[in-house]
Amino acid sequence: MSDTPLLSVQDITKTYGARIGCTGVSFDLWPGEVMGIVGESGSGKSTLLGCMAGHLAPDSGRVVFDTRDAGPRDVLAMREPERRMLGRTDWAFVHQNPRDGLRMGVSAGGNVGERLMAVGARHYGQIREAATDWLQRVEIDAGRIDDKPRQFSGGMQQRLQIARNLVTGPRLVFMDEPTGGLDVSVQARLLDLLRGLVRQMGLSAVIVTHDLAVVRLLADRLMVMKDGRVIEQGLTDQVLDDPQHAYTQLLVSSVLQV
Amino acid sequence: MSGFNFAYLDEQTKRMIRRAILKGVAVPGYQVPFASREMPMPYGWGTGGVQVTAACLTPDDTLKVIDQGADDTTNAVSIRKFFQRTAGVAVTERTAEATIIQTRHRIPEAALTADQILVYQVPIPEPLRFLEPRETETRRMHALQDYGLMHVKLYEDIARNGAIATAYAYPVKVEGRYVMDPSPIPKFDNPKLSNSPALQLFGAGREQRIYAVPPFTQVVSLDFDDYPFEASKAPHACDLCGDPGSYLDEVITDDQGGRMFVCSDTDHCATRQAAGHRGRLSPMEAAQ
Repeated sequence: MSDTPLLSVQDITKTYGARIGCTGVSFDLWPGEVMGIVGESGSGKSTLLGCMAGHLAPDSGRVVFDTRDAGPRDVLAMREPERRMLGRTDWAFVHQNPRDGLRMGVSAGGNVGERLMAVGARHYGQIREAATDWLQRVEIDAGRIDDKPRQFSGGMQQRLQIARNLVTGPRLVFMDEPTGGLDVSVQARLLDLLRGLVRQMGLSAVIVTHDLAVVRLLADRLMVMKDGRVIEQGLTDQVLDDPQHAYTQLLVSSVLQV
Repeated sequence: MSGFNFAYLDEQTKRMIRRAILKGVAVPGYQVPFASREMPMPYGWGTGGVQVTAACLTPDDTLKVIDQGADDTTNAVSIRKFFQRTAGVAVTERTAEATIIQTRHRIPEAALTADQILVYQVPIPEPLRFLEPRETETRRMHALQDYGLMHVKLYEDIARNGAIATAYAYPVKVEGRYVMDPSPIPKFDNPKLSNSPALQLFGAGREQRIYAVPPFTQVVSLDFDDYPFEASKAPHACDLCGDPGSYLDEVITDDQGGRMFVCSDTDHCATRQAAGHRGRLSPMEAAQ
């Protein structure tokens, strides 16, 4: 495989006034790898994700992405149009709340087609075909292509959001609590679907969650954050089965066993 | 016209509006903010168009005012009177004789010339408004040419209606750069926007925006490859002048389902009738 990391995060720091959002975070993400970031609420994981995805401007640090045309480039130094282009071609962002990631007033087909149209697709039949295909891949009945997302259940909305993001064949997906707010059986189906898609498309992903079960299933590597710092990282099974840091031990032991 | 400066607005205000117009001409399709004034008429009656017209008028101009194609409806009559009173300029109903034409919702059927200025009244200048409610975001989208959303609207149209059902205020792209709302003209008129020898100015009073399409500027209506843009009209000929190619109004004539189709452009219809053209329901034929 290639010897350049797909995404290289170097020493990201973001403060909110005197308070620390996240500080001194560095890691490399390799093609096809899924990285999990866990930690309690307020530990800086969403801030970190926002900085990587270009939603927030970090105070210092670099986010280097291996672009298709120009090789590794610092995303933060890119011009806004380039970053937006990246945001709808090679990158995808799955929000915790599907309402943030979907256009609720636009039909399911329009939602999936938006990214295609944003990169220049101008053939209605082909857009519709791609939308139908993707709805089926995320297990939504193709007959519901003209329904609005508000007529969908929470789990379906989340699957629709995933379809909408993956339709342009991105190489890197950011996920912010993708299973938050869903009940356990729906979560399980969604995880199953995500795992299938990630493996099948060879996606790299960064998944932020507080749910250890999610990272156990999806992530190859794991980073544990507390108070804006990374306190432990390693292979997922290694970190979860043999936690070294006191906080990680607490986190792992506080999972309810059924 | 005592008590008023020429064309109602004071000279400093006209200067400010002319600056906005010049900027609009320099950047075709770009919405230039301007300090819109209170006018002695309600918003929605053409306050933006009136301000642009006032800034362009000279004492030698001949003014024509159109409301939905007609010269004799409330809006047209009152704006024409307004400028007769405040500017004392000559007015006309004939397209060919006018030097400035203020219009609401139509482009005249007669071809315009390089000596004419067409001023549109615009209610909502932002084509992305109903897709993206935030002004900060729509401005950024214009700046970055992020226009995918416009096609989402057309996609929704086809998904719901089987065809692009948008019939007026049909979005256009100006000179390959800015997406623009051509004001609520029927899409039948869209092709006339492109490569027109006349200067076209757009004024939105309430929204405080001016934009422009300079002469001989390319204006393309957005569409899909497999659902191309179509300049549609009612499939009839005018019942008064017999023109098969002009844009038509449908007029209900009785409660038995009787109806007639007449040119929406009254000057065009009158000119043709004066030249001897007759339609299905022309008075002469009806008398026979």
